[in-house]
Amino acid sequence: MALVTTTKGEMDESLLEKKEGFVDNDNEYTTWVEYWHEGELVHRSAHVALKKAVGLSAVAASF
Amino acid sequence: MCTSFMQELLTATHNFTTGTGNTFKAALYEATATYNAATTAYSTSGEVTGTNYVAGGVTVTNGTSPLSTNTSSTAGVAYWTPSASLVYTNVTLTTAFDAVLIYNSSASNKAVSVHTFGSQTVTAGTFTLTMPVNATTTGLLRLSTT
Repeated sequence: MALVTTTKGEMDESLLEKKEGFVDNDNEYTTWVEYWHEGELVHRSAHVALKKAVGLSAVAASF
Repeated sequence: MCTSFMQELLTATHNFTTGTGNTFKAALYEATATYNAATTAYSTSGEVTGTNYVAGGVTVTNGTSPLSTNTSSTAGVAYWTPSASLVYTNVTLTTAFDAVLIYNSSASNKAVSVHTFGSQTVTAGTFTLTMPVNATTTGLLRLSTT
């Protein structure tokens, strides 16, 4: 029996409707999971994996 | 990368040394807020609010000091990446958010960088932001010469 933290407290996963999805693009790989109970969203978690660095390119003067 | 941060690198404002350096934090911002390269410091304006989210965000784990390597006799790269994911545990953030600001809480909350992602909400759940690989081409912060 797996328990899920929800807005209504810990609930047995078997009582909930589970929805999952992901986004994959140049910037991120994101997964999310939702649990619904009687038409109400009671849990949503998301995991974003950043792919891109932010960079500074520098040029030193030459003489 | 915040433009003010680049200036502050030249005035030794930030120290990313593991253990003896500054403390950096990560705050989340709502999708309607404007945080970008022009951001100079942490602000509560537009920051997410919700159950179990503490204003200011979470502390960034810094287990590896900045590294550098030369790619040629005239070029090289220095880079740094937080050594652990940013985790906001058991939060409820019902207003969509799409950005994280990394800032230096040891130096008047001066901004370091803003990273955006697709809009998210969290309900009685966990939001995790995983960092890219800490390497020359992928480190979260990269300073390079060409």
